Amino acid sequence: MKTLLIADHDNQTVADATTKALTAARALGGEVDILVAGQGAQSAAEASAKLQGVAKVLLADAEAYAHRLAEPLAALVLSIAPGYDAIVAPASSAGKNLLPRIAARLDVMQVSDVTKVAGPDTFEHPIYAGNAIEVVKNPERVKVFTVRTAAFAATPADGASTPVEAVAVPVAESRATFVREEMAKSERPELGSAKVIVSGGRALGSAEKFNEVLLPLADMLGAAVGASRAAVDAGYAPNDFQVGQTGKIVAPELYIALGISGAIQHLAGMKDSKVIVAVNKDEEAPIFQVADFGLVADLFQAVPQIEAALG
Amino acid sequence: MKILVPVKLAIDSNAKPRLKADRSGIDLANVKLSINPFCEIAVEEAVRLREAGKATEVVVVSVGVGKATDAIRSALAIGADRGILIEAEGRVEPLTIAKLLAKVVEEEKPDLVLTGKQAIDDDSNQTGQMLAALLDWPQATFASQVELDGAELVVTREVDGGHQTLRLSLPALVTTDLRLNEPRYPSLPNIMKAKKKPVETKSAETYGVDLTPRLSVVEVREPAARKAGIKVADAQELVSKLKAVGVL
Ligand SMILES: Cc1cc2nc3c(=O)[nH]c(=O)nc-3n(C[C@H](O)[C@H](O)[C@H](O)COP(=O)(O)OP(=O)(O)OC[C@H]3O[C@@H](n4cnc5c(N)ncnc54)[C@H](O)[C@@H]3O)c2cc1C
Ligand SMILES: Nc1ncnc2c1ncn2[C@@H]1O[C@H](COP(=O)(O)O)[C@@H](O)[C@H]1O
Repeated sequence: MKTLLIADHDNQTVADATTKALTAARALGGEVDILVAGQGAQSAAEASAKLQGVAKVLLADAEAYAHRLAEPLAALVLSIAPGYDAIVAPASSAGKNLLPRIAARLDVMQVSDVTKVAGPDTFEHPIYAGNAIEVVKNPERVKVFTVRTAAFAATPADGASTPVEAVAVPVAESRATFVREEMAKSERPELGSAKVIVSGGRALGSAEKFNEVLLPLADMLGAAVGASRAAVDAGYAPNDFQVGQTGKIVAPELYIALGISGAIQHLAGMKDSKVIVAVNKDEEAPIFQVADFGLVADLFQAVPQIEAALG
Repeated sequence: MKILVPVKLAIDSNAKPRLKADRSGIDLANVKLSINPFCEIAVEEAVRLREAGKATEVVVVSVGVGKATDAIRSALAIGADRGILIEAEGRVEPLTIAKLLAKVVEEEKPDLVLTGKQAIDDDSNQTGQMLAALLDWPQATFASQVELDGAELVVTREVDGGHQTLRLSLPALVTTDLRLNEPRYPSLPNIMKAKKKPVETKSAETYGVDLTPRLSVVEVREPAARKAGIKVADAQELVSKLKAVGVL
């Protein structure tokens, strides 16, 4: 069994999502190679080489990979796929964009959002917004799956000095071209790797209030900031903050939901958090059914009181 | 420009899925089914492009049992021009759907295929990308904005960290995200009109695609339940409880 893990990275460092997906890839048993495709991504390749239990790091460095477009990446992976029995990527926006393209070309089915590798050909993954867990047997010649990273611990770096090998880059003309990117820059931890998340809902009422109420609390707790879809749709928070079935799936140590009702689509993204706190003025709000600690209160009063109690 | 929109009939987003007692799947008898929300957004976008004079025809296609016609009728009520139902029983996997859709693309020759980013039942998020791969078309997944610029599409996508904008030459495939648009509520006259629009029914068998699922379902079970929590009286108690469990 030989597995290829497609890394998420920012050319400098390897994303937390990759180190978690590596844990899933290693659970298959057998060797794992990591593919780092990017432009000027030597540092990310070296960081990947330090991770525990990696046989080899493949570095594909070319302008074509600068913005992670699916077409050239799929061509690249397909050119090296014949050596592998499994092809794995984090279920990030990049992984979800890319992997089905590869699976279709290999004529194999993909398993999405794997939460448990129960054996080399048996996988668990959530369906119906996490209301059910499906266990599937995958007899395909190549196992292709994305990993729900919230379900796996990170594989640590153990200072290994795994070889980094350059891979030949196939020339592929692409009918998709990059125009621009607007990426939020934040000093805060990422949603996917934060130990604490403070999330706000429609109750916040405006972008100003959202920031005014959530950010100081998040700062005190060293937390990432999340939001419900209603808050994102109303423009209180950027799309990248959305937690839920169709947003980010998170499982921090502590998730604090402020003024979020707890629709199943929101719960789908956070109900595996270790400890859940909900502040909502409606004691019937469904969020209380998953909250370990519920506070029935007006959040605009409760949040300053929580800050005061934190001291 | 001709647009093809694949639509799926799925559990209604307000319905609570119940598991079958024998753990073989979800019990869909007596559950409200609707057009998958992301497909509805795709139809709305296609109809808006036609209304803006940028597209000439919007064709919707669904693979499924006879009931899938409901998804097609919903799409026709939004404003799609005609429908194709490809009858297939049982569990049909995204790869198979993509292969059937590729055949429909061969027949219909659309310039643009708009799919949902994911079906809210299987949550696969695969079909659009697989179809683009089989057709060797460029793709833009998770679209929050679509603009036609001559023979090219300029698409803004929702990605981890923010937004990315791509330019695709046609023919191309786009998958829709939630914020692309807000689908209209079809008016009663449009719902009536939809009943008269043509829907062609074909059997999946006629396409020569092997419909046998590749994956087998071992079981479908409940996720681990959370322990019942408690209500705290005030912020003070909340903070001390959080300290006691060691998360602060
Ligand atoms: C296909 C689909 C996908 C979706 N995906 C997602 C997703 O990924 N993520 C997601 O979050 N949603 C998603 N949704 C939307 C979801 O169904 C809900 O509409 C959404 O989560 C509601 O957001 P909310 O809880 O902020 O707003 P609301 O439901 O309006 O709740 C606001 C809450 O705030 C409380 N409140 C009001 N004022 C105060 C106050 N002063 N103090 C304290 N509490 C107060 C109210 O009691 C209420 O419970 C999806 C929906 C569909 C159909
Ligand atoms: N049975 C189907 N018939 C037509 N289109 C489908 C079907 N299943 C999936 N699709 C399309 O593919 C999208 C993504 O579905 P999925 O890959 O299953 O999450 C949907 O939003 C539809 O546009």
